[in-house]
Amino acid sequence: MGTGEFLFLLKGVQWTVALSAIGFICGGITGLVVALARTSGSFVTERMTGAYIALFQGTPLLMQLFVVYYGLALIGLKLDAWAAVAIGFTLHASAYLGEIWRGSIEAVPRGQTEAAKALGLGYMARTRDVVLPQALRISLPATIGFLVQLIKGTSLAAIVGFTELTRAGSIVSNTVFKPLLVFGIVGALYFGLCWPLSLLGAHLEHRFAAAQR
Amino acid sequence: MNYKLDFGPVLDGLPNLLWGSAGTLGLALSGMLLAIVIGIGGVVLRDSHIRPLRWLVIAFVELIRNTPFLVQIYFIFFALPLAGVRLNPTVTAIIALGINGGAYAIEIIRGGVQSINKGQVEAGLALGLQKAQVFRLIVLRPALRAIYPSLTSQFVLLTLTTSVAAAISAYELTSVAQRIESDSFRSFEVYGTVTLFYFVMSWLVMSLFRIIGKVSFDYPIK
Repeated sequence: MGTGEFLFLLKGVQWTVALSAIGFICGGITGLVVALARTSGSFVTERMTGAYIALFQGTPLLMQLFVVYYGLALIGLKLDAWAAVAIGFTLHASAYLGEIWRGSIEAVPRGQTEAAKALGLGYMARTRDVVLPQALRISLPATIGFLVQLIKGTSLAAIVGFTELTRAGSIVSNTVFKPLLVFGIVGALYFGLCWPLSLLGAHLEHRFAAAQR
Repeated sequence: MNYKLDFGPVLDGLPNLLWGSAGTLGLALSGMLLAIVIGIGGVVLRDSHIRPLRWLVIAFVELIRNTPFLVQIYFIFFALPLAGVRLNPTVTAIIALGINGGAYAIEIIRGGVQSINKGQVEAGLALGLQKAQVFRLIVLRPALRAIYPSLTSQFVLLTLTTSVAAAISAYELTSVAQRIESDSFRSFEVYGTVTLFYFVMSWLVMSLFRIIGKVSFDYPIK
């Protein structure tokens, strides 16, 4: 295995990072909507978003990618693999982040909302200035935990046929015939991406737990 | 939109899909069993007095939790034959699932063990229980009870992860679906149906754990 192959793997890292970033950012925006709808107090929207979350948490990510990939083609959208996979990860992340943030929004003491209401703040101001900043703090460790899960999850895009780090690894491994070396390096590259985030998440969790005491 | 949905191939392949689902459940349950064994063994080693053993367990947990399952299963798939072990893909998948789930189980079970008051252990020893008895009855059982919900969701996740084993063509639902899809090109119909199958199976696993939990932990706390 030479420098050329290694650079090819690094290119794969780029796509893995790009895919994770898009999934996390777009999924985060949609997830916020899901979380707010899930805590809106309206029976219908709460049930609907609840079903949306249950569907994504009860089925494999791989199947979600397949269904989105072929489903988009079915409704006449001719997208390339890259866009279809990005949409798949966005939907997946929106359900998981929606559920994590619902929990954090509900963990903000009720008195905060009540006090904001008593002060005459409307829904927007109450949510934006009172509830969400506190919920964000509570949700941080779990959110980072999910980001790690998402980065690892992007490896499944390889099965759908998108060339990110894992698929780059398969390609290189098929040309140099050293699967252990290649997948060892691929694993190490993923580890390099995920471990710092995991440490950060654990650190924050520790700090918040200490602050609670 | 001029595409007509055709579930014919799915209906023709229904017996195969049901067998595939049985394969998935078998894979998941065997993986869980191995994960529990690795989890409990790992917790014992993690808190042992031998330092290198402790480091080994910590390194194992961090390594597995920060790399994708797909890479792990590829690695094991290629590593075992080099080590002289020839296994079929399904057994390889069980080992990979057990190792992956085991690393998470170690972290989860350890959290439960740490929540056990030291006084309980001392009281058990003072009453003349053997060390193994103290571990099994006073530490492990209440610890498992305390972390049972997290363990359940981890194992539901493990059930869903089995679909990745299709990458090494283990016998389970996703690989059966891929075969039907490549014969019929009815991709959306096949994968849509299979997704619902998985949804039902994750519900089944969750119900199974609820029943097991009711039977094994149905005793008052205080």
